[in-house]
Amino acid sequence: MNCDVCQTEKATVFFSQMAEGKLQKVNLCKGCADEKGVTDPTGFALADMLEGMGEESTPEATFAPDELICDSCGFSQTDFKKTGRFGCADCYHVFDEGFEGLLEAMHKHTQHTGKSPASFPDLPSAPESIDPDAPMKASPLDELSELKQSLSKSVEDEDYEEAARLRDAISQLESQIGDS
Amino acid sequence: MRFSTLLKNPAEWMRTPGPQSDIVITSRVRLARNLTSHPFPGWARKEDRAIIMEEIRPALEDLTEMKDSFSEEMTKLSAIEKQVLVERHLISREHAAKGPGCGTVMNRNQTISVMINEEDHLRMQAIRPGLQLNSAYQSLDRIDSSLEETLPFAFDHKYGYLTACPTNLGTGMRASAMLHLPGLVLSEQINQTIQGANKIGLAVRGLYGEGTEALANLFQISNQNTLGSKEEEIIEHLDRVITQLIENEKNARLKMLEDKPTAIQDQVGRAYAVLKFAHIISSKEALNHLSMIRLGCDLGFVPEEERETINVLLTEIQPAHLQISAKRKLSPDERDILRADIIRSSLNGLTAPDFSTILTERDDDDE
Repeated sequence: MNCDVCQTEKATVFFSQMAEGKLQKVNLCKGCADEKGVTDPTGFALADMLEGMGEESTPEATFAPDELICDSCGFSQTDFKKTGRFGCADCYHVFDEGFEGLLEAMHKHTQHTGKSPASFPDLPSAPESIDPDAPMKASPLDELSELKQSLSKSVEDEDYEEAARLRDAISQLESQIGDS
Repeated sequence: MRFSTLLKNPAEWMRTPGPQSDIVITSRVRLARNLTSHPFPGWARKEDRAIIMEEIRPALEDLTEMKDSFSEEMTKLSAIEKQVLVERHLISREHAAKGPGCGTVMNRNQTISVMINEEDHLRMQAIRPGLQLNSAYQSLDRIDSSLEETLPFAFDHKYGYLTACPTNLGTGMRASAMLHLPGLVLSEQINQTIQGANKIGLAVRGLYGEGTEALANLFQISNQNTLGSKEEEIIEHLDRVITQLIENEKNARLKMLEDKPTAIQDQVGRAYAVLKFAHIISSKEALNHLSMIRLGCDLGFVPEEERETINVLLTEIQPAHLQISAKRKLSPDERDILRADIIRSSLNGLTAPDFSTILTERDDDDE
């Protein structure tokens, strides 16, 4: 296998990096690797080098004014490209786009099936369906006893219109509970 | 518990044999966990890390499993003390290099150790002698479940436990076993074995993890994938592969005994001679000879009781341990001399290997 940069020397340095949510690989000879500074991982970004070669990447990726930044921790997509690590737990939602492809290259599957904290319901439901601001919904049984209390109160108050409404609501709820 | 107390007690795994401990030295499982609403350690500022540690450290120290633990901030440990912890596989090399806001907590018999603010907020490890991956996981799982009652762990239904590096997502679990495979090395089957393991999603590394040399014919085998399988499934898979590797190693040894018994005799005999009489010995040379004495134990040439001495020596002759026992900094040359001294005195009672089993068989062949 020849070096991707000079195309003449035999490649001896094999470099992989996550960029743009994809796993990119470059094969280099010793000379080109030294020249590109591959030996210094902090100062080296594979995507930049590929751009330097004038192929496989689009020019707008070199600088990104609208670059995604994590609100919680200020981590940017460029930081991820550089380090291969995220800044905080929220980054996983901020940089969600294209992340699945990267995961497929790393792991067998992309859906967690192992242990979950006891405080998390053990359902594979989508997290976005849970609105943390919504008031806690009472269970049907709790709702039923509440309705029955209101009913007896409205009978006491001789509010028969309200009592009729509550009676209907109770019988509807009771049939629902019976069905489930 | 003070550092000196920790030092005086060799880790439990060195002293107690476990299942298959002729070939499997240790089983280790580690879990990575992070707190919600704090940046990961690599991105956190010094002050953030200090806050995170203040939240995690008391929670760890309060666990019944960690009663009378050794708990310290990394900045309070000397370079040599940190290196001792690395040599005992209690912290990673990366963690030893960490500064303010990082800490380590471990129990008295060194079966559980936790790194605070390594790559993740929490890296918890359980270590057991022999092949006991499941029991190591169970003990860690209990600790994890107790901790989650007080610490809010970052978790996502799709990605599982959220970790700084996506390669640890999901279970956040890395299970590994340290195997002694001289048979596969001497019969030149080891490279094939490593490639085979890689193909089925397992990594094989040297004595001190990623990028380290395979000294003393010791290899660490571990799972690569952490997302998409249950913890128990990952462990069961690794367990199955290791059981197969043990079988292969045993076959390689039997075949060598049959094909080239003199070559094995020569290796064990030389190891005995060098360790018993050397006055200057490098770490590498010592480790490789100790491996041969260990093989001698397994094959019945050297008394079984020596295995524990070898296990302890594997750690005691490492650079930081030598300097702790000398109570001063030693140059590499001084270390080589002290290492030879310690080995000679430890093996003082060791008599020459007894090869009579091979010799009788050879006599039988002659008849």
